[in-house]
Amino acid sequence: MQYWQKEIETMPRKELEAFQLERLKETIQAAEQSPFYKKTFSDHQISADQIHSLADLQKLPFTTKDDLRANYPFNMAAIPIRECVRLHSSSGTTGDPTVVLHSAKDLDDWANQVARCMYMVGVRDTDVFQNTSGYGMFTGGLGFQYGAEKLGTLTVPAAAGNSKRQIKFIKDFGTTCLHIIPSYATRLAEVMYEEGVDPRSDTKLHTICIGAEPHSEEQRKRIEQLLGVKAYNCFGMSEMNGPGVAFECTEQNGLHIWEDYTIVEIIDPITLQAVPDGEVGELVLTTISREAMPLLRYRTRDLTCIIKGDCPCGRTHRRLARFQGRSDDMIILKGVNLFPIQVETILMQFKELGNNYLITIDTVSNSDEMLIEVELSDLFTDDYSVLQQLSKDITRQLRDELLLTPRLKLVAKGSLPIQEGKAVRVKDLRKFC
Amino acid sequence: MTVNQISIFLENKYGKLSDILALLTDQNIRIIAATVADTSEYGILRLIVCEPQRAYKILKDANVSANLTEVLALSLDSNNLAKVMQYFTEAGLSIEYMYCFSLKEKSILILRTNNQEATREVIRRKNLTPIAESDLINL
Repeated sequence: MQYWQKEIETMPRKELEAFQLERLKETIQAAEQSPFYKKTFSDHQISADQIHSLADLQKLPFTTKDDLRANYPFNMAAIPIRECVRLHSSSGTTGDPTVVLHSAKDLDDWANQVARCMYMVGVRDTDVFQNTSGYGMFTGGLGFQYGAEKLGTLTVPAAAGNSKRQIKFIKDFGTTCLHIIPSYATRLAEVMYEEGVDPRSDTKLHTICIGAEPHSEEQRKRIEQLLGVKAYNCFGMSEMNGPGVAFECTEQNGLHIWEDYTIVEIIDPITLQAVPDGEVGELVLTTISREAMPLLRYRTRDLTCIIKGDCPCGRTHRRLARFQGRSDDMIILKGVNLFPIQVETILMQFKELGNNYLITIDTVSNSDEMLIEVELSDLFTDDYSVLQQLSKDITRQLRDELLLTPRLKLVAKGSLPIQEGKAVRVKDLRKFC
Repeated sequence: MTVNQISIFLENKYGKLSDILALLTDQNIRIIAATVADTSEYGILRLIVCEPQRAYKILKDANVSANLTEVLALSLDSNNLAKVMQYFTEAGLSIEYMYCFSLKEKSILILRTNNQEATREVIRRKNLTPIAESDLINL
């Protein structure tokens, strides 16, 4: 087993937790320098000297995305702005924008986390790494760029879109590793086959990092098969720098979250109390190495759980289970809570179906209905009854999974909008007010 | 008596049928016979064309969901349709689908049953008039 930083990655839990406690105290002290936390601490009568154990973290209030919005742009900075060297801002599609500031040390730490992740899945300085993320404000671009460069990999900042150009780079530069959004990975594979390029024999691809949108295990397997690679799930969010917060190891069973940089809690999103390891809840993260903009108990809205037990890879940093969606893409339909990923998991089990699907929720005759349109991979039969049986089988499995019966519509290949960016899988046409 | 038929998955959407047919005729594919079976959601368009292999490739290249299937072709001339069906029924065969069209004063029956091999046997035994693909195309 090879490690980027063996001593840290395999540090005994007791030592790691002692290290976290020291870092937490320092972080609380540093955070107090920001206008936002200064006020929060004085409102809640909190100071670093009240922290004697990691459990004392629970005395602190949560930080939310709304706090970031309300303190836009610089009210959360814990160091003078002139000491900051980078700013990332969210586009604010779902509300006011947010800003995350970085010092030079913050950027170096971030790059180190990404390098550690990439090294963990076998990327070396002999590899050629092509990043298909958008650059600019989107952290998947520069985040992976700096991480890959720190690792020493030849890095191709291809950026997003233009599949034919991506394929040309992959062939010409002998690209071995990709960072790619899962929905785009299947799309890129399709374009390769259309262009007569078999990625398994005509390219040197062996490892890809997929993340930024929820995807099922079935979709991962399909990507691996289509491209002839190993695909590893990565987790990051702009508030926590970006990519590199947690990453799968070669066991492909959960994402190690780097606990020397982040303290992880899982809470019940209703009661806001911590849930035990193994139980699903909302992920709450505290940065313990960030200078420019520390975040304490940040509510990510991502639902996951901590996987119990040790990982065979030898790393002691705990693992997060596959994300079960976000608390805010949950669909509530006829009193049933469900996630698009559940639909995808079922659809991907049918080889007769393609990769593209669309869920539409609408009110029909005063009743909320779910329509699932899914593309056929091809017309594999001339027989009507076979198509109808397929429809029935898919619907039955969906019903068993979702506990409600969606309307399923098989559609022709290529008839749904092509997903090149972050895939839009759900259209909710209901009026809520 | 075996003829290649092209089946195409069609969504029930305005203009889909004419789009597909135009795709083929633009490439000089002559359409000899066509039939559409439909449900409320989608249909299957079945076509007999002059160059099925080339037509199939055109459709594939255009990313159309299509399938090439073997069907049986008969000329009905002196035999009437009811009688032919009776032969198949007596042989225990079920019709999955069929359609008729006329070409140069011949009535032609396209047929798919639950057992194509047994159907061929009935055609031979009862001295029915099979039509070869080359005959159909050159008629």
